[in-house]
Amino acid sequence: MAACCRNLHKCAHYLRSVRLQQIQNERLLSTSSCRLAPSDKPGKFIPPSKPVIIDKAQSATSQRKFLSPEFIPPRQRTDPLKFSMERKDMIRRRKVLDIPEFYAGSILAVTMTDPNANGKVNRFVGICIQRGGKGLGATFVLRNIIDNQGVEICYELYNPRIQQVELLKLEKRLDDNLLYLRDALPEYSTVEPNMKPVPAPSTGEVPLNKMKVRMRPKPWSKRWERPKYNVQGIAFEQILSAEQLEHAQKWAQPWLQYDMLKEYDTSRIQEEILTEVTREMGQ
Amino acid sequence: MALFHASRSLVGFLIETSTNIQQRTFRVSSAAAAIQKMTRVRVVDNSSLGNTPYHKAPRVIHVYTKNGIGKVGDKVLLAIKGQKKKAVIVGHKMPGDRMTPRFDSNNVVLIEENGNPTGTRIRVPIPTQLRSMDGDFSKVLAIAGAFV
Repeated sequence: MAACCRNLHKCAHYLRSVRLQQIQNERLLSTSSCRLAPSDKPGKFIPPSKPVIIDKAQSATSQRKFLSPEFIPPRQRTDPLKFSMERKDMIRRRKVLDIPEFYAGSILAVTMTDPNANGKVNRFVGICIQRGGKGLGATFVLRNIIDNQGVEICYELYNPRIQQVELLKLEKRLDDNLLYLRDALPEYSTVEPNMKPVPAPSTGEVPLNKMKVRMRPKPWSKRWERPKYNVQGIAFEQILSAEQLEHAQKWAQPWLQYDMLKEYDTSRIQEEILTEVTREMGQ
Repeated sequence: MALFHASRSLVGFLIETSTNIQQRTFRVSSAAAAIQKMTRVRVVDNSSLGNTPYHKAPRVIHVYTKNGIGKVGDKVLLAIKGQKKKAVIVGHKMPGDRMTPRFDSNNVVLIEENGNPTGTRIRVPIPTQLRSMDGDFSKVLAIAGAFV
């Protein structure tokens, strides 16, 4: 046993010495070769090139084709005058205020003026749990837990009180509506208020967070297991039994997906509005 | 001996049931969103009256508004630990106007008859619209820890 140990020790020592030598060789090869060549004839001093510092925290302008969902009008009137007028105002606002691309699940910081305390601003950091409204009345809800107290603020995206919308983390979740975070364990909606922006890829797909949250015991504010909500981001298996999950399927309405009257294909409208918005924003 | 055993088991059973009652702190129904009569509320200051455990949650027994629905800044009368006490609402579950915070619980701060707060510190963030509300909340705002 002891001999074996000693052998092992020797072996490790040998390996280490080999690695050290390799590293030394590398250094010799890399640096000294460069330095040796000009050392024969001392020439002019060449200052080293200035290092280019790329701040990855600064969000690069997105290369993605993205249209904010409030630009897409709801399916109602055939004369789209109201929507086109609102779109003009929205573009004018967007030229002044930089509204980033974000989704439910992204972490945002919103700075808004406080009319109650004159001259002061109010900054709130939270996870976006819902986006709602179309046109100028578009809203989004930020949620955070401050001092063990869950707080939500519903912001109007085009409210003139908003001074700055910072995107701290670009992320999508499995659902478009994360209202179930109210009934989830508090760590899932807790965001550090002094959070640094996480660099997001400016091209390609938006990162999808496939996290499944753990819920507090029932009763919840809504019965999230029902098929009406179609929630993917909850680990139901941990809190509900198989019978309960099967029982929840009693309220399923699988025929609704074949209802052609409920179909609303926005792809063409989206293309048109996107070209219009990019044209107007470029001016 | 058997009688002794039976009595012991009975006493044990009684103790067990009493502890069960003591431990049953959950509520089957969720707290109401708007604050009205019989709404259970959470006292968020550090007053001893609001923080000592009691088998009944504090309840609103009167709201001092015309329509009987309490919002941020309204005064309520609480039934807390078997006594009546006034309080100010500093946050509720029901969503208010846009750009104002909504809280996960119905929060109140206990006040005396003359409007001074009973506690000396508020442990949770307070909505800023309390600042511009008419009514004297300067004492309540002075003991607030954070604003949202």
